Amino acid sequence: MSEEITDADPGLRPHPQDGVHQDAAHRGGPRPEGAQLPQVTPQAEMHAGAPRNAGTALDLSRIRAQAANTSAIERRAATLPGRRSVKKDWQAAWLLKAISLIDLTTLSGDDTEGRVRRLCAKARQPVRADILDALGVPGLTTGAVCVYHDMVAPAVRALHGSGIPVAAVSTGFPAGLSPFHLRLAEIGESVAAGASEIDIVISRRHVLTGDWQALYDEMRAFREACGQAHVKAILATGELGTLRNVARASWVCMMAGADFIKTSTGKEGVNATLPVSLVMMRAIRDYEAATGFRVGYKPAGGISKAKDALTYLALVKDELGDAWLSPDLFRFGASSLLGDIERQLEHHVTGRYSAAHRHPQA
Amino acid sequence: MTISQIFETMEYGPAPESAGEAMDWLDGGARRFGHFIGGSFTEPGKTAFDTRNPATGETLARIAQGTPEDVAAAVKAARKAQGPWADLGGKGRARMLYALARLVQKHARMFAVLESLDTGKPIRESRDIDVPLVARHFYYHAGMAQLQDSELPGVAPLGVCGQIVPWNFPLLMLSWKIAPALAMGNTVVLKPAEYTPLTALYFAEICREAGLPKGVVNIVTGDGDTGAALVAAEVDKIAFTGSTDVGRKIREATAGTGKSLTLELGGKSPYVVFDDADLDSAVEGLVDAIWFNGGQVCCAGSRLLVQENVAEVFHAKLIARMEKLRVGNPLDKAIDVGAIVDPAQLDRITQLVSGTAGEVHRSSAALPEGGSFYPPTLITGLASSDRLMQEEIFGPVLVSTTFRTPAEAVSLANDTRYGLAATVWTENVNLALDIAPKLAAGVVWVNATNLFDAAAGFGGVRESGFGREGGWEGLQAYTRARAKAPPLKPVLPTPAPARYDAPEMDRTAKLYIGGKQARPDGGYSRPVFGAKGGPLLGHVGQANRKDLRNAVEAARGAKAWARTTGHARAQILYYVGENLWARRAEFVERLGALTGAKAKETEAEVETAIDRLFTWAAWADKFDGAAKGVPIRGVALAMNEPVGVIGQIAPDEAPLLGLVSVVAPAIAMGNRVVTLASEAYPLAATDFYQVLDTSDVPAGVVNILTGAHGDLAGEMAGHFDIDAVWSFSSTDVSALIERESAGNLKRTWVNHGRARDWLTPAGEGSEFLTAATEVKTIWIPYGE
Repeated sequence: MSEEITDADPGLRPHPQDGVHQDAAHRGGPRPEGAQLPQVTPQAEMHAGAPRNAGTALDLSRIRAQAANTSAIERRAATLPGRRSVKKDWQAAWLLKAISLIDLTTLSGDDTEGRVRRLCAKARQPVRADILDALGVPGLTTGAVCVYHDMVAPAVRALHGSGIPVAAVSTGFPAGLSPFHLRLAEIGESVAAGASEIDIVISRRHVLTGDWQALYDEMRAFREACGQAHVKAILATGELGTLRNVARASWVCMMAGADFIKTSTGKEGVNATLPVSLVMMRAIRDYEAATGFRVGYKPAGGISKAKDALTYLALVKDELGDAWLSPDLFRFGASSLLGDIERQLEHHVTGRYSAAHRHPQA
Repeated sequence: MTISQIFETMEYGPAPESAGEAMDWLDGGARRFGHFIGGSFTEPGKTAFDTRNPATGETLARIAQGTPEDVAAAVKAARKAQGPWADLGGKGRARMLYALARLVQKHARMFAVLESLDTGKPIRESRDIDVPLVARHFYYHAGMAQLQDSELPGVAPLGVCGQIVPWNFPLLMLSWKIAPALAMGNTVVLKPAEYTPLTALYFAEICREAGLPKGVVNIVTGDGDTGAALVAAEVDKIAFTGSTDVGRKIREATAGTGKSLTLELGGKSPYVVFDDADLDSAVEGLVDAIWFNGGQVCCAGSRLLVQENVAEVFHAKLIARMEKLRVGNPLDKAIDVGAIVDPAQLDRITQLVSGTAGEVHRSSAALPEGGSFYPPTLITGLASSDRLMQEEIFGPVLVSTTFRTPAEAVSLANDTRYGLAATVWTENVNLALDIAPKLAAGVVWVNATNLFDAAAGFGGVRESGFGREGGWEGLQAYTRARAKAPPLKPVLPTPAPARYDAPEMDRTAKLYIGGKQARPDGGYSRPVFGAKGGPLLGHVGQANRKDLRNAVEAARGAKAWARTTGHARAQILYYVGENLWARRAEFVERLGALTGAKAKETEAEVETAIDRLFTWAAWADKFDGAAKGVPIRGVALAMNEPVGVIGQIAPDEAPLLGLVSVVAPAIAMGNRVVTLASEAYPLAATDFYQVLDTSDVPAGVVNILTGAHGDLAGEMAGHFDIDAVWSFSSTDVSALIERESAGNLKRTWVNHGRARDWLTPAGEGSEFLTAATEVKTIWIPYGE
């Protein structure tokens, strides 16, 4: 083997233009349904067998005490790809794990029902069946499919019986500047349409003006509107200005009951980065230590290479622990990542470098 | 394990770097290596030893044990090569150093793998840290060679440099030694450590590829005996990195030989975490501080001082982080902590840790079978008095204690005989920039640790050694002034004439200690006679070791002087000059009576002394530090700090000017001095303290003793609370001072029996500035 994702690869860089929207070139028909790896569906107030984050009162002293030393965080992020490396079968297994954690996403103005059906088919069969068979993991699926509200119903239909949850971006995504009552109503509509996960966007202005109470109240309201559906809080970290603000916003959203905290909409100038991820993961770790609740993490936008995915998984493993290497607690918001992983996996099976056209598109 | 099983467990699995090419190279040499002398390898002799891979215990190669004859041959080759190498000029040498830098990069992976095989350090470190820093060091010093002629006129190479490097960073320390030496026109004989000779031998090969002239670089392998032979050989300089104990022996062995010496020794570097720090980043910093190279790092942040109110949470975070460290095969690309260099070192660590009174937390990371491994360890609940808080462990063992206030943090941090590096974590820039200058260390990292660069000086204070490596300041270790001074003739007190006149008025010259005139403890005085059978001019006290002790205590007590602004120190020095001018006639007369010199000469001495005071007053606020261009987002500040308390033996031959010439630069830079006056003509100094008394010089900043140089030089050099000794005595005390200084490894600046013309610019200038200061490098990464 293997598709040596070599250590000579440059470190992860932000990909400012690479959003989470689905690559328009991806096409493909529905795949026959196969046996699926078990997907844990959201349960009432339980989360991966553990209590769902109930939130806490807003503790402003903790918000104000957040420290995030940018240079030190960047050093940790920059050296991580050199400190962790997985090879051969381990690399293949880790890449398969990465697929199981992808929220396969399309968030484009030109989305149609047909387009979403193709995407859902890809979610059911993310990798060619012969490759999965060779690897001994038939039935692998992505973690979820993520769409705009109007595409929820088609997605739910297309994924019927697969166990794959549908996530809807909501609350005036991506800017979050529509009337508050409409943002709340949008959540309700998407839940009613069958979305079991809601990716909300926070009001960045509350962070930038330090109005933590407003952010907390907003997040609380979103959480309540979600009901049984799990809520992922998109912080839009590329618009928060500082890593310290990222840490503070992470804490406020977790205190207000977010099930996941998520970096980006994919529409900001800078989306998921390792430094931001480190800050958010450390907040999650501290929140668990303080409350016992495990909150999930979703980096989104800019993660397009298999090597990047491995680095993120290593970061999760080392900073948060193995429990987070599960769709209940970790997701990639990504579109083009899957294609690169497919090529690496075919190389692992055949020993030959692969080509994009050998893998069915979404 | 199947892929689907790994999918569930998500273990890392092995990720080995291949050792194939490195093994092929060893095989190519039949795994037996001689020395590299005069451009070629000698036959591997009969006396040899094995170098082993500490991760497995396997023998990598047989290495020649260098004999004194081998060392002599290498020194001879280096001596022969040195003239032509210097004559090649800076620009010619720059091209050679550039070629070496390029070749290090071309053979980067070979160097990295060999280094990890031989030392046991993780390939990640040798590949991503050691080898890139090596290339950087040669590039940087190629530039120094290029600029030498224009920027450093008047400096000459020392000649042949003997260099001894340790086993923790074999190639990196080689580059720190060889690059500046070669840049400045020296040739070298380098002895790598017994445990880790391989990369030095591979480096010898690339010297040939670079076309380096034969004999410019010579490598002699061997153990401590070989090192001792090199120290004893006909070299002009010894540069040593290693343990404080061996450094002390080298200081003693080279005493009085005139060999230049720089020592980079041990440490017990504090790692200070304030309550407002980014605690997670500070924990991660510790991974790079104490588990980098398994803690086998002289500047390892091995002594954790954490503010009491966050200690519990910080320790909890640290212990959790330790659990995630991966210990194992150094060639594995996902290993954090590799092997301990040798089973002997492992035993040493094990013994030191066993029996500690502290609470021991060991990482439960699995250790490989068979090799020399030690788990990442934290010991909490220790006090300063615990042995493990004071002694260097040189392993992956962190010791910890707590503090309450910034002042207590500084006090605990400095409660050590060492002074190599220190780390400070706080988000408060006021606190960081207040603390950094107060730490007794040559290097301070703010919110980071173990940052290195060729442009930034590295080296210690106290028993961590002296001299800097890197930067412009590092070049001083490999250069000297071009002019060679003539021998200094002994200047003796005027003997008592058979008949002499008594003074009209008996005036009592005393010692000057802590701003007060003090009678000598011993109660003895010596008569001072005028020149050429002149009258009895007066008596001076004969200071003894207790007077010295009192003077040092007074000087130590005047520590506020170090924090006085340069502007304030300048004003005081100008004022001293002004008051000396006011009494110039009296001093002219006194000098004439003492020395018998003509009025023209004594007038010149007094005039020059006034001038000198003005010169050092001028410098007091102008010896600026530097902001180094290091490759990070941040600055590395090179701050010129006072050395501390300097013991001085003033020149005999220029009783006033010599005294002023040594006292003024020292106090201008913020030091306090204990100065032993001219033995032959002491009354100029005792007159001078009256000038000091009227010039607002704070008590204890200048202390003046009179007495026999030969009696007090050894006491001064051996005093543990004196940071440096300068001697310009015409008594032959240079060897004594250098030997006795080994006790606390204080810096010494002695004349080795050479004269200095105090009336000329040789009596002032950059040598004095350098001797009066320590460069502290403060790394401040920034960014929000």
